[in-house]
Amino acid sequence: MTPLVINGSVNMIGAGLAAIGSGIGVGMIFASVIQGTARQPEARGMMMGTAWIGMAIVEALFILALAFAFVIK
Amino acid sequence: MRPLIPLEGATASYEPPSLHNFQFGGIYGGPDWLNRPLVQAVAAAIIVIAFWLWASRQLKTVPTRRQFVFEYFYEFIRNGVARDALGHDFRKYVPYLLGLFSFIWVNNLFEIFFLTMFPTMANIGYAWALAIIAWIVYNWAGVRRHGVGGYLRRSLFPSGVPAPLYVLVTPIEFMSNILIRPLTLGLRLFGNMFAGHLVVLVFVVGGSYLMLHGSQPIYHVAGVVSLLFSFLIFALELLVCTLQAYIFTVLTAQYVASSIADEH
Repeated sequence: MTPLVINGSVNMIGAGLAAIGSGIGVGMIFASVIQGTARQPEARGMMMGTAWIGMAIVEALFILALAFAFVIK
Repeated sequence: MRPLIPLEGATASYEPPSLHNFQFGGIYGGPDWLNRPLVQAVAAAIIVIAFWLWASRQLKTVPTRRQFVFEYFYEFIRNGVARDALGHDFRKYVPYLLGLFSFIWVNNLFEIFFLTMFPTMANIGYAWALAIIAWIVYNWAGVRRHGVGGYLRRSLFPSGVPAPLYVLVTPIEFMSNILIRPLTLGLRLFGNMFAGHLVVLVFVVGGSYLMLHGSQPIYHVAGVVSLLFSFLIFALELLVCTLQAYIFTVLTAQYVASSIADEH
C-alpha cells in the first residue's frame, strides 16, 4: 500500500523552477541597490526608481511561467 | 488539474483553490456578463472620477490641509512619473497617467477590501484592455510627433546600425516595440494579481479547512497558524497592489517617452 498519494500537475514543478531564476535576479538587483546606496547615499532615490522597473521586468518571467503552468495542460 | 490529497482521514473532501475561483456567474441571478469583476471595474471608474472631481474643487493658491494631501498624491505622478520619464512636454500625458494609476490602484485594492476580496485584474480581459489603450497611446504619440513614416523609421530602423544588419535588427525591434511591450504589460499586471489572489486563497481556504475539518489536533493548530500568517500575506499584497499600479504607469510613460524621443 502506498503511504501518501499526491495527484496533480507536474507543471507546478516547472513554475517552481522558474521561481529560482527570477528569485536570483531580484536578489541581485536589490543587492546592487544596497551596495550603491552604501557608496553614494544621495543617489538612492534614482536607483530605487530603476530598481523597481528592473524588478518588474525580472519578475515578469516568473509570472509568465505561472500563467503558462495553469494554461498549458 | 486534479486535487492534491495530503490529508489522510480528513472528514470533508478538500478542493484546493484553482482556476474555478476566478470564474463568476452573474450577480444576484443577473445575466452572465454582469459579473463581479465588471461591477468592480465600473465601481472603480466611478470612484476615481468622483474622487478627483471632489479633490479638484475649490482650489486655492495657499492650499488647505485637504488640498495639500491631494496635491501630494497628484505630484507623485506628475513629477515622479511623468516629468522624470517624458521631459519638458509631459503635461499632455499627466491626466492619462494619473487616471491610469488611480484606476489600477483602486481595482487592485479591491483584492484586500473586505467587501469585494477579488482583484479585478485577475481576469485577464481587464488587463488586456488597459494594455491595448497603452499601446494605442504610445503609438499615437509617436505618430503625432514624427509622422507615420518617421515614427516607423525611428522605431524599426535605429540609427548607427550598418545597413546589412537591418535584416536582423528590424524584426527584433518590431517584435520588441510593437508586439512584446503590450503583451508583457498586460500579462505582468494580470499575473501578479492572479498569483496574489491565489496565494491568499491557499492560506485562507486551506487554513480554515484545516481548522474546521482536521482529524487531529495538530491540523487544527496548523490551520490557526496558517490563518494568522494570511495577515502577513495581506500586507505583502498591499505592497504588490501599489507596486504593480506604479509599474504599469511608469512603463507606459517610458514607452511614450521612447516613441516621442528625437534620437532613438
